[in-house]
Amino acid sequence: MNFVYERFLGGKNGALAIAILAILILVIFPLFLDAFRLNLVGKYLTFAFAAVSLVLLWGYGGILSLGQGVFFGLGGYAMAMFLKLEASDPESTKIQTTPGIPDFMDWNQLYELPWFWIPFESFTFTLLAIILVPSIFAFIIGYSMFKRRVGGVYFAIITQVIAVILTVLIVGQQGYTGGINGITDLKTLNGWDIRTDSAKLALYFINALLLLGVIMLSKFILTSKFGQLLLAMKDKEDRVRFSGYDVSNFKIFVFCVSAVIAAIGGAMFTLQVGFMSPSFVGIVPSIEMVIFAAVGGRMSLIGVVYGTLLVNFGKTGFSETFPELWLFLMGGLFIAVVMFFPNGLAGIWNKYAPKVPFLRPLVNSSTNAETKSAPAKIESESTIEPESTTEGAKS
Amino acid sequence: MTTTTDFLLAIEDLTVSFDGFKAVDSLTMYIDKNELRVVIGPNGAGKTTLLDLICGKTKSSSGSISFKNKEMTKMAEHEIVRAGIGRKFQTPSIYENLTVYQNLEVSYPEGRGVFGSLFFQTTDEVIKRVNEVAKEIQLENFLDTEAAILSHGQKQWLEIGMLLMQDPELLMLDEPVAGMSAKERDETAELLNRICENRSVIVIEHDMEFVKKIARKVTVLHQGKILAEGTMEKVQADEKVIEVYLGH
Repeated sequence: MNFVYERFLGGKNGALAIAILAILILVIFPLFLDAFRLNLVGKYLTFAFAAVSLVLLWGYGGILSLGQGVFFGLGGYAMAMFLKLEASDPESTKIQTTPGIPDFMDWNQLYELPWFWIPFESFTFTLLAIILVPSIFAFIIGYSMFKRRVGGVYFAIITQVIAVILTVLIVGQQGYTGGINGITDLKTLNGWDIRTDSAKLALYFINALLLLGVIMLSKFILTSKFGQLLLAMKDKEDRVRFSGYDVSNFKIFVFCVSAVIAAIGGAMFTLQVGFMSPSFVGIVPSIEMVIFAAVGGRMSLIGVVYGTLLVNFGKTGFSETFPELWLFLMGGLFIAVVMFFPNGLAGIWNKYAPKVPFLRPLVNSSTNAETKSAPAKIESESTIEPESTTEGAKS
Repeated sequence: MTTTTDFLLAIEDLTVSFDGFKAVDSLTMYIDKNELRVVIGPNGAGKTTLLDLICGKTKSSSGSISFKNKEMTKMAEHEIVRAGIGRKFQTPSIYENLTVYQNLEVSYPEGRGVFGSLFFQTTDEVIKRVNEVAKEIQLENFLDTEAAILSHGQKQWLEIGMLLMQDPELLMLDEPVAGMSAKERDETAELLNRICENRSVIVIEHDMEFVKKIARKVTVLHQGKILAEGTMEKVQADEKVIEVYLGH
């Protein structure tokens, strides 16, 4: 029990932060928002998966992926393929040339289901594919990049290129993928109509719980020695390598984990929004995900959820009033965050909340709260105050 | 081509060339068990390159490096470390964002795989080891201090401490006292004399005063080759050495 408390929740401060987030998304939003707005928040929370994945990969691992949309898309498409097959039973597609196949295949003169679609008739396979396809894909990319010690800007560019390639592939292969329109007209999940308000409410809760679960799993990873090694690698990769660690394996692993997290978000997106299209795979969504993480604070698993919500509320609000200005505003926001608040909302919170008396108990005592190792000292209680050590260090 | 020897480290006919320039040229050198060897030489003599070759950072063009009669030249860096060779870099290479305690704990040689590190538990043994090493490097009162705010000398010690955590059989230090105050130099000399009791140590150094304090056997490198080898007195009296290095 204590293990779960320390490692999955992150001790007192971490548990409190998760509890507040849980109350917000599990109680307050469902109570105060109408069905339409709640579904919108549900959609935003699926992006939060991608933002959380970037905390692991970018915040801690120092590996900037500008292609998280690829994994979001892989998860989303896997789910969409299953739902589309279920929606394309011979009865409801009987006006097609070939009944029983998805409508867009029929329009593109396909007369039978392509081989890679067939396994997606199984729900179990689909669930496995949502986890396995992105992790295998990430493993291949990660292995070929990190074993050759490709990193930094080069890695970011390559992930961006992969996002473009996948988008072009999806758009170009209309008969197999639904093309630019994506996979639409999704109706039921194992006979359960996902378009009803009650289904949307249930999916909202499943999504919120999954997000909390993913945050706790990430917390477990970051509070382990693995998390410390990620920070160490970001700082001095060679020192880690010459301390007997195979650095590339750690990078490959964190890349795979982040891919799976983003993919779960994608699958939940498809379920709640009811379609999947290449506009959630390419460069723009991938960079938006990075902005969500930057605004929320790339070192904070909880902060990025608020960051995602804030940016998306802003996007919806502004693009209703000034649609043409939104992109400029978003770009400006990103620059402002990077320049003035490099730790995002979480950084602002940690800096200013201690000055407000009633917020003080909620504030993490250390900026590195995620990796604070519990038994940091034992008998030597004579630890010098940080101020005096600074002076001692300067002299 | 590796010959079996009683030496801990046997470097034979080692050459590395960068675009035709031989930074290390047919170098042969043996290090005994529990020996402290100081390598000196003018800038560009190939001292740091030699350490890079031993720890696998640079791959050799030809020749052999055998550690406990095991060939090292084809092994990956982390495998060389696991075989028992630790290396300190010239500029302090520590994790600035972690505390002194975390710096040492991360260097503990367990949980070195991905899954091992995920389920690594800080046992009493780890804590005991961290405290022992912290005491050795005089940082026992700074365990909770973020490494970034340590003084330069303390950072150098911390990195030595991180290597001691791994208890290597061969420890290689690249200019450990560069940028240190006189007092810190003395303390580092004492530290080196203590830690070389159960292991072999190779030290690269420029500071002759410091070398005299620790050296038993000195190797002088010049243009990738060994110019002289022996006790400090013998090396200092060597005319070739005086000419290229000490005389200036």
